[in-house]
Amino acid sequence: MFSEVFDKYEWGRVKQDIYSKTARDVERALGKPARDLEDLKALLSPVAAPYLEEMARLSQQVTQKRFGKVIQLYIPLYLSNECQNICTYCGFSYENRIARRTLSAGELLTEVSAIKEMGYEHVLLVSGEANQTVGVDYFVRALDVVRPHFAHLSMEVQPLDQAEYSLLMEHGLHTVLVYQETYHREDYRLHHPRGRKSNFGYRLETPDRLGKAGIYKMGLGVLIGLEDWRTDSWFTGLHLRYLENRYWRTRYSISFPRLRPHAGEEDVRLRPSSGGITPKVEMSDRELVQLICAYRLLDEEVELSLSTRESPVFRDHVVRLGITSMSAGSRTNPGGYAVDRASLEQFEIHDHRSPAEIAAMIRRQGYDAVWKDWDTVLQMK
Amino acid sequence: MMLTIADKTFHSRLFTGTGKFGALAIMEEALLASGSELVTVALRRVDARAHKNGSEEDQLLKYLRHPRLHLLPNTSGVRNSREAVFAAELAREALGTNWLKLEIHPDPRWLMPDGVETLIAAEELVKRGFVVLPYIHADPVLCKRLEEVGVAAVMPLGSPIGSNKGLKTADFLEIIIAQSRVPVVVDAGIGAPSDAARAMEMGADAVLVNTAIAVSADPVKMAAAFRLAVESGRMAFEARLAPVATEAVASSPLTAFLD
Repeated sequence: MFSEVFDKYEWGRVKQDIYSKTARDVERALGKPARDLEDLKALLSPVAAPYLEEMARLSQQVTQKRFGKVIQLYIPLYLSNECQNICTYCGFSYENRIARRTLSAGELLTEVSAIKEMGYEHVLLVSGEANQTVGVDYFVRALDVVRPHFAHLSMEVQPLDQAEYSLLMEHGLHTVLVYQETYHREDYRLHHPRGRKSNFGYRLETPDRLGKAGIYKMGLGVLIGLEDWRTDSWFTGLHLRYLENRYWRTRYSISFPRLRPHAGEEDVRLRPSSGGITPKVEMSDRELVQLICAYRLLDEEVELSLSTRESPVFRDHVVRLGITSMSAGSRTNPGGYAVDRASLEQFEIHDHRSPAEIAAMIRRQGYDAVWKDWDTVLQMK
Repeated sequence: MMLTIADKTFHSRLFTGTGKFGALAIMEEALLASGSELVTVALRRVDARAHKNGSEEDQLLKYLRHPRLHLLPNTSGVRNSREAVFAAELAREALGTNWLKLEIHPDPRWLMPDGVETLIAAEELVKRGFVVLPYIHADPVLCKRLEEVGVAAVMPLGSPIGSNKGLKTADFLEIIIAQSRVPVVVDAGIGAPSDAARAMEMGADAVLVNTAIAVSADPVKMAAAFRLAVESGRMAFEARLAPVATEAVASSPLTAFLD
């Protein structure tokens, strides 16, 4: 299990390593055909900042070689905002006094129709953690409702047991995203004081359980802003390498959601997710580009995904820098596409353009926007 | 000069892939410039169900509708022989061809083909009436085993898919070409027209190129360059290359006493 590897590393030591890298370490990393986790430290370090253009050039090159001039499109479908966890940064946190809703089968179909209208074939099902009402039985029913309408099904829900993942795979599940939020154990406790999510170890070993269940693809990541992003992202790289070598039939993706500083009282009330806490660490656009390129230079095969949390200008520019998939037209509230458009969102969307507009933007850059790159028929059990 | 595989005869010995292009219109133009008559299509990329019942035409397939282009569906995405057979049946039904590029790479990182599963699937698919072209390592024994179960051609790799590293497996490709009784199509890793020409000079019956065309700065021009390279390499093979001399030798010191 990954915890055995993880326990060998001490956060402070790793952080110190990263911050003591030199320009020569960065140059060595850039000059190598294949890079290791020490190189990742250099590429994540502050001294790599002046090398950003070269990192971007290499990142573009290897991404095009591996993935082509192609961006895949997907959309989240929120099933429920019920949640028993307290997460200090999340709009669905247990303590937030918001109307809770879990979509019925009928409502789910209404949402499916609205999403299909936009042209989507890849859908990501999302929920909070409420095991009594939105547990595995609910997910099975939801997958059965959704499956006939899409080519590719992903989920971003609470961590489950291996047998539960196997069951969901029999119902068409292809990909599971489970973000560690932070690899800093103490900070994790601070931000997840209550609910099943407070169990750091169980979450940390979720990718192992997914790997053992034979999941087709899994997504890793940390919530940027909770802790030093360079150190957290290095641990993501460590986790990725561990998983790739152990569960070699599985495909991997990484996301890098950023917390934004809150804009004012009204925003806090409307969107507690974006302003509920002030990020401990702020990450600039330049730094996010550095992170994207660093991941790509570590791993030519990993998929890199960017959500609508980011601004239109930023998203337009990173299409060519290493990103391989994007969401568009997203609503982060259950029922947000058709059933109940006005309900409260989990996090604030910064890119409100329609999927068609995003596809056109991608094409203008000489890339193809791909709606379908899988088929559930390939998942015969 | 013509190449025959199963029931089809090809003027062009350049087969092409349809992935990774920045736009479908550019892909179409590049395929036409390549002169290719056989193009691979990933089942995962096409909406086979919609295509089959004619409700709406798949975008990708729309750009491949030319009398000269034959489709070669591939099973990319499957992880074992059972899934491959299922996907093949679906491809045959949806795309109306019994030709199949059998690809089983359970490892999504390096996309290395699983020879064990490929052999099992090939045997079953041949029995089911498919024209099977398996993608495999440059493994001479595996090629013979596949030949024995009745595949129409073998498609050994030059280097990992999409790597553009060229013919890293050249020594093994030579053995495969020397002993194969079915056409040998060098697939994967061909990064430059010179790689393609070299494979053809070695006696490969055809090559399959995708990434090197799709990801180049000018895919249409690159496709034309590959067309010329493949033609040139094949001509050189047919004309028999002069042997390579390791040193210049004017006299015959070992046999001069016989004069």
